[in-house]
Amino acid sequence: MTGLEIRGLVLELGGRRILDGVDVTVPAGQVTGLAGESGSGKTMTGLTVMGLQPAGGRVTGTVAYDDGEVQVPDLLALRPGALNRMRGRRIAMVFQDPTASLQPMLSIGTQLTDHLRHHLGLSRGAARTRAAELLERVRVPDPEAALRRYPHQFSGGQLQRIAIAVAIACEPKVLIADEPTTALDVTVQAGVLRLLRELTDDLGLAVLLVTHDLGVMSAVADTVAVMRHGAVVEHGPRYQVIREPRTDYAKELVESLPHTPPPGVGEDRS
Amino acid sequence: MTAVPLRRRSALRVPAAWRRPAALGGAVVLLAWVLVALVDPLLGLQDPLRRSIDVALQAPSAAHPFGTDELGRDVLARTLWGVRASLPLAVLLVAGSLVVGSVLGAIAGYLGGVVDEVIMRLADLVFAFPTIILAMVVAAALGPSLANAVLALLVVSWPNYARVMRALVLGARGQEYVVAGRLLGAGPFTSLRRDVLPNVSAPMLVLAMLDFGNQILLLAGLSFLGLGAVPPTPEWGSMVADGVTQFSSWWLATFPGLAIFSVVVAFNLIGDSLRDALDPRTAGAVQGSSI
Repeated sequence: MTGLEIRGLVLELGGRRILDGVDVTVPAGQVTGLAGESGSGKTMTGLTVMGLQPAGGRVTGTVAYDDGEVQVPDLLALRPGALNRMRGRRIAMVFQDPTASLQPMLSIGTQLTDHLRHHLGLSRGAARTRAAELLERVRVPDPEAALRRYPHQFSGGQLQRIAIAVAIACEPKVLIADEPTTALDVTVQAGVLRLLRELTDDLGLAVLLVTHDLGVMSAVADTVAVMRHGAVVEHGPRYQVIREPRTDYAKELVESLPHTPPPGVGEDRS
Repeated sequence: MTAVPLRRRSALRVPAAWRRPAALGGAVVLLAWVLVALVDPLLGLQDPLRRSIDVALQAPSAAHPFGTDELGRDVLARTLWGVRASLPLAVLLVAGSLVVGSVLGAIAGYLGGVVDEVIMRLADLVFAFPTIILAMVVAAALGPSLANAVLALLVVSWPNYARVMRALVLGARGQEYVVAGRLLGAGPFTSLRRDVLPNVSAPMLVLAMLDFGNQILLLAGLSFLGLGAVPPTPEWGSMVADGVTQFSSWWLATFPGLAIFSVVVAFNLIGDSLRDALDPRTAGAVQGSSI
């Protein structure tokens, strides 16, 4: 199977188990939702997979990566240099608040081309062309002009599109999206989610969508994993988890949704 | 590798800094001092070293617009000649301690752990002594000369920069864009240079600009003790140091003091504008509307 396979991921920090054996499979071409309340370890799962657990954290378990081209039996066992070559190139991440996750002092063009040139060895001009294509891909209007502008000159929704463009620039095969829509207006959310879905389908991305919002989850995820207290308590197809949750906790989560069924529930995405 | 972004930045943005009136004012003052330093011999001033006891300690008059000192030397001539020693030394000292302190502080703050401990305990060691005493010890140990005095002052002034830099980097390194940069494959030093440093440069710049006066006076302290500029050489710091003991002759400390003041203000004006111009969030007005 291509994608990301997280097995028995444990993160211990100061004697506490932040992650307590997380098992999640993130297959290519699918959006895998990771749901759960605040503090359940969703974000930590994402960061730990990328090797950026908090200082002093002890990590065990395995994260297998396979994109058909490159196989890594365990990302956690990689040396720092090798891991750095994976980051951004094979696995990328999108954060919650795009106003915080883009560097305020660098132009969009620089932020979009630096890692392209670093990872793929593109020339300045080629990277620039590719950057403009990427902005067009994520539907940022007037890409050429946008490249010369700075993060504070964009709206939140546009910034998140740009952040996604930065993340997918080197054509990674795995994308970890950590609450990518939480900081956005509801109307903008839908656009960003559609974009994520589209990229998943077109590029065969394996997306791990971290969110506390089951509404978002039900709109785009293929499979859903529910986390609580650092462990996955339920993992299955979206339809099954939301309609017939097996555990009490998942049931509670689903029941906490507003009563009108959110768009997408029950509709079959083929 | 690093030269490329630097060139791009200066080509695009630094000129914008000069379009601000404050920066222009600062630049004019500085340029005037540089010009004075260059043409000193042509100004028809009295010899700044010529003593004549019969005109000692005279208040400002037509013959001596800034008065004379206790050896009858013309204060105007000494102030104008003093720029030759004071300005380059101050620039050298500030630039030197800024670079050394920032690099060490940034490494300490970013890497943390043992590296942080070693660097910051070293800084504490320097802080533990009164600045001028430690500078004296170092200068005396190295032997009295201007170069050694500069070195001694570098030794005592880098920790100020290191401490501020470390605190700024500690704050900045937790920012999401720094984490995001790491996740795009930036190693620790790339991350520090690309994501952290540009975002902490503004306070460091301000700190450096405010440090000019300090450094001139510290150097004066060393010169006073015979460890820096050799006595007859006109130098602002030593002139002020001499002047403050002659309370009734106000002109002795006032005029070189004003000279130091003008340089410090000039650097501050330039620093402020430079900071605004380097930050894309405030540079927009100068760069033209980009919306």
